Parts: sequence; C-alpha cells; structure tokens
Amino acid sequence: MHELAITQNILKIALSHAEQAQAIRLTAINLVVGELTGFVDESIQFYFDMLSPGTPAQGARLVIRRVPARLRCRECGEEFALRPLDWKCPRCSAVGGTVLQGREFCIESIEVE
Amino acid sequence: MTQKSKQMQVPIVQDILSANDEIALQNRETLDRTGICMVNLMASPGAGKTSLLLRTIESLRTKLRMAVIEGDIASTVDADRIAQENIPVVQINTGGQCHLDAPMLRRALHQLHLPDLDLIIVENVGNLICPVDFHLGEHLNIMIASVPEGDDKPYKYPGIFLAVDAVVINKIDLLPYVHFDLAAFRTLVTGMNPDVHIFEVSCETGVGIAPWADWLVQQTGKCQD
Ligand SMILES: Nc1nc2c(ncn2[C@@H]2O[C@H](COP(=O)(O)OP(=O)(O)O)[C@@H](O)[C@H]2O)c(=O)[nH]1
Ligand SMILES: [Mg+2]
Ligand SMILES: [Zn+2]
Ligand SMILES: [Zn+2]
Repeated sequence: MHELAITQNILKIALSHAEQAQAIRLTAINLVVGELTGFVDESIQFYFDMLSPGTPAQGARLVIRRVPARLRCRECGEEFALRPLDWKCPRCSAVGGTVLQGREFCIESIEVE
Repeated sequence: MTQKSKQMQVPIVQDILSANDEIALQNRETLDRTGICMVNLMASPGAGKTSLLLRTIESLRTKLRMAVIEGDIASTVDADRIAQENIPVVQINTGGQCHLDAPMLRRALHQLHLPDLDLIIVENVGNLICPVDFHLGEHLNIMIASVPEGDDKPYKYPGIFLAVDAVVINKIDLLPYVHFDLAAFRTLVTGMNPDVHIFEVSCETGVGIAPWADWLVQQTGKCQD
C-alpha cells in the first residue's frame, strides 16, 4: 500500500520540475532506489499509470536504478558488497560495517520534451 | 535524437519523501518549542508495542507527563486500552495505509495540549518497512523485536535496524522455548548500527522494564534543555 503514497510523491515532484523546465510532456522519470531501503517494487508503475492520466506525465516511463549495498568494515577498513544473509567482512570476518551506499531513495532526473 | 530536438533530461536529485520530511521538521519544531520528546515505536504486528506502552506508562506515570498517539489501520482497540490508563491518547486511523506520516502526526498533535506534556509515544502501524522512511518529527526511533519472530530479522529488514536509536528485545520469558541466539543477534545489530541501545525485556513479567524506562527518562530530559 505504501507504493501508492510513494507514487503520489514521485508524480508531484516530477511534475513540478517539468513545469519549471517549461516542458510540455514528461517522458521518463529516473529513480534511484538503494537495496537497503526495502522499498519500491514494480507496482509503482501500476499506480503511476493510474495517477498520471490527464497530467503532462501521462504515458511516462518509470526507470528504477537499483543501487546494491556496499559496506566498509569498521575493523580493517575493507570495502565490500553486501551479500544477503551475510553481514560479515570478507577479509577479517567482523560483523557489520558502515553503509557506503544502498540507502538511496530519490528522483535522479526526468526526461521531458 | 536529431528530429526530437526538444527532448532533454532535467537533473533533480530530490528525495522522494522530501514533502513528508518538511512537515516532519515542522512537527519537530512544534515539539521543541515546548520541550517535548517524541518517540516513534515500530515493530511487526504482535511484537508487543501496546504491551510495552502499558509497561512504560506504569513505570513512568509519576515521573513524566505522557501522551500516546495510536496508529492503527482500522480499529481503536489499542487506543481504548491506553485510555483506561488515564493518559491522553489520540487515535489515528490510517484508512488502510501501512504507515503513519507527518501530516497525520500534525493533526494528532493539534489534538493534544502540548504544554502539559513531557513525552509522547507513537505506536506506529505494525510493519518493518515503510514506517522507517516516513519521518514524523520524532526524536527517537525505537524498534521492538520479539523473541518468537526469530533472530534473523536484521538480515531481512536491514533498513529499520540501521535507522533506530534503540532495539527492545521483547518476550525474553519465551527464550527457553524458542530458538533465539541473543548473543548473535546483539553482535549483528551492533555491527549494523554501533550507536544502538539494546534492551532485553519481558512485558509479560516486567523483567528489564526498569532500565528501559530509566533510559527514556534520560532521553526525555535531553529534549527539555
Ligand atoms: N509471552 C509474552 N507475551 C507477550 C509479551 N509482550 C506481549 N506479549 C503478548 O503478545 C501479544 C501482542 O502484544 P501487543 O502488545 O498487542 O503487540 P502489538 O501488536 O505490537 O501492539 C499479546 O497477546 C501480548 O500479551 C512478553 O513479553 N511475553
Ligand atoms: Mg498494538
Ligand atoms: Zn574487516
Ligand atoms: Zn507504508
């Protein structure tokens, strides 16, 4: 259900920037979603198609770029990609680490004409 | 590319929930003006949010002036239970939405007499995903993980474990009956989030409630300076 609330936000932000750019039509919205947000799935396109008719965003594509999680070990400084169900440093086996990327949740850009 | 000359890309880089964040910030300012601490309590359904609220009210009733905001998808059962404790309680029915958001909280705050309060505890909707990202204006984010849910929750829901200030492990009275590796759980949670405070409690027996309540008093004090 939160996909509906999120899609409303996406549409609103995209439309206001399209207006600022004096665009007639919004053709694509590029989203960045980190793996650790556990958020958005493909159903936002469904909600988008429901909410966008009658707006300049009608027919626009939602493009989701998923960002894998990367951590830095707090013990040895090693940087590594998170493997699911395994938050261990591959070098020293310390558990956890500082999240370098994977918590993004933003609109990166829009494509307009 | 050539014939569609008017086509262009507009960079934005704006957080999708920025509109909610702005209202959360306003809520936070409202609270800070009167020195109130607001706690956002999150957990799966049945982990013990209402039970912990009741235990907390019981131990802090004489020390802090408290109010509760109850988020529920449809019912008022939890709010009714809290109201019996003679504590101000505001019920928010989210109408099916799986999380509270900042505009809902703003309406709820309007229904409380803020100068009379030190601490507001919000029982969020039972869900480990989106409540984390919809800020309310809270000072503290607390998660309850209950023993019967198993010790692998941090792997499945890393977002919430990365975001919270404290994890309350509830239902420790069930440890003899359920597989839950406390030490491994603690290591994993502090590995993910080294600043997190971990409490072990049983809302059934009352074990461990005192240190949790003391910590809450201390945190509330920080908001009053
Ligand atoms: N054994 C045991 N049961 C508990 C404990 N805390 C809560 N419960 C039970 O768990 C169920 C759900 O608790 P509740 O507080 O309503 O969870 P909520 O949905 O998170 O608000 C109730 O039946 C409680 O009695 C505990 O520490 N030990
Ligand atoms: Mg409850
Ligand atoms: Zn390491
Ligand atoms: Zn939600």
